[in-house]
Amino acid sequence: MEGRVFKYGDNVDTDVIIPARYCTGFTVAELAPHALEDLDATFVERVKPGDIIVAGRNFGCGSSRENAPIAIKGAGVACVIASSFARIFYRNSINIGLPILECEEAVAGIEDGEQVRINLDDGTIENMSRSGKWQAAPFPEGIQEIIRMGGLAEYVKRRLADDS
Amino acid sequence: MGMTIAEKILADKGGRASVSPGDLLFANVDRILGTDVTCSLSIQVFNEMGATKVHDPDKLVLVNDHFVPAKDIKAAQLSKNMREFAAAQGVENYFEVGRSGICHAILPDKGFVEPGFLIVGADSHTCTHGAIGALATGIGSTDMSAAWALGELWFRVPETIRIEITGTLQPFVGPKDIIIHIIGKLGVEGALYKVLEFHGPVIDSMSMDGRFTISNMAIEAGAKSGIMAADDITLDYLRSVGIDRPQPFDSDPDAVYSDTITFDISQLKPQVAKPYLPSNAVDAESVIGTHLDQVVIGSCTNGRMEDFQMAANVLGDRSVHPHTRLLIIPSSQDIYLELINSGLASIFVKAGATITPPTCGPCIGGHMGVLAENEVGLYTTNRNFVGRNGHPDSKVYLSGPAVAAASAVAGEICLPD
Ligand code: SF4
Repeated sequence: MEGRVFKYGDNVDTDVIIPARYCTGFTVAELAPHALEDLDATFVERVKPGDIIVAGRNFGCGSSRENAPIAIKGAGVACVIASSFARIFYRNSINIGLPILECEEAVAGIEDGEQVRINLDDGTIENMSRSGKWQAAPFPEGIQEIIRMGGLAEYVKRRLADDS
Repeated sequence: MGMTIAEKILADKGGRASVSPGDLLFANVDRILGTDVTCSLSIQVFNEMGATKVHDPDKLVLVNDHFVPAKDIKAAQLSKNMREFAAAQGVENYFEVGRSGICHAILPDKGFVEPGFLIVGADSHTCTHGAIGALATGIGSTDMSAAWALGELWFRVPETIRIEITGTLQPFVGPKDIIIHIIGKLGVEGALYKVLEFHGPVIDSMSMDGRFTISNMAIEAGAKSGIMAADDITLDYLRSVGIDRPQPFDSDPDAVYSDTITFDISQLKPQVAKPYLPSNAVDAESVIGTHLDQVVIGSCTNGRMEDFQMAANVLGDRSVHPHTRLLIIPSSQDIYLELINSGLASIFVKAGATITPPTCGPCIGGHMGVLAENEVGLYTTNRNFVGRNGHPDSKVYLSGPAVAAASAVAGEICLPD
């Protein structure tokens, strides 16, 4: 996949990703129009399907609200690359199938507006606007299994079917 | 090799003799907490999973707290979805408005938390229950659906940071000041993917109310949980909520920690965390004079009797400053009643404060006390991110109840005396 980068700093929290005032809704249609509203009011107007968020450390810190990765994914974002992710956001993204990659070096080597190519199968990240190619940390084996199955819901569905 | 409390619990619930940090395993959970704000999505995903029956209805605890009493039609629908699900699934531990409170007050006070329990909650402050010696951690809605369906969930065994708290507290310095100070030192990601395990003489002599305050904010340093070993104070508390035979245990003497950090708090002064991060810890005296539109005393961090007793002591018979609003939020219906029976409620009402029903309310900027553009608040809550408490251009400082009460009288941040 290849897309344009929206770059943000450290500690992008779930309150700015999707403020509580919108969390009486939980569908993509209700959440996506407000993605990142309190951080970057023009994000939703500018983002196109396939674009990529690049951010610093502790992305998605704060609330457990799954509404946050749903809003980001629903707005069209194909992948989030960050130096590190807060743990609940990390779980939620894997569970709902929002691709995330941890790679501090890539974050340092990519600027806002640049074009980036990502291979999710091998975790490579390439800056197409200037030179730079990085390898994201692979997911632990058990998590890869959940991703391969298409997320946690699909995993549970198969287990329930196997048990019955 | 010895194990930490978190490792022992994950080994026990995962059916293994031992575990090490980094291991991935499925483990049985003892409680699964859901609230009005996170349940509806879980119910939808639960249905998409093809699940029809929850694995064990007694594990579920469902609490109305975030947007209740329903602030609007959508919020009313969220509660209705949870209410109908509880009825259909035979979930008895369902807490309705008027018999409820903030989930992190309800869970321990109703006897749902025991040492050695593995507790997950679709709310990030589930880490609060570590104060009882449980491994308790926040999850998202899809995780909750999976736990409902299977009775278990995947975990990565976390590393543990041991925190020792020593020294003697200065007047008007309490558990909230300690944890703001610690988060200030660790940073908001200082404990990312890790467990904070609290020890030391200051914890040993601290009440359960204070311990909950400290464990509650572990997540603000990125931690998976904030654990304390159960001791006699814990056991007394557990007996008071009807748990007679808990199984307390501690980390092994040769347990391995990723780090051990000692905080001597003898010189610690009252703290505040400045906008917009809970780690922006400073001495409260450095921001004296900051104009305040609203002061909030409550939340799952500081909404217990000890907090209100402290606030009332500081208030005395003084009134809230004319340009400031003071909101008092008991964290549960039981605490609300205690406020009335103890006489504290009259102190607050006479002072010109508003006592709200037990709810999250202004803590999450949901309703009942949302801030307008450029307004400034001083809250005893746990987060002060941009837009957390209302307009994105509002600002919130975090403090303990003593500084909050004194500042409500002054109409600006000031120290209690
Ligand atoms: S009081 Fe605040 S922090 Fe606690 S559960 Fe409610 S919204 Fe979350």
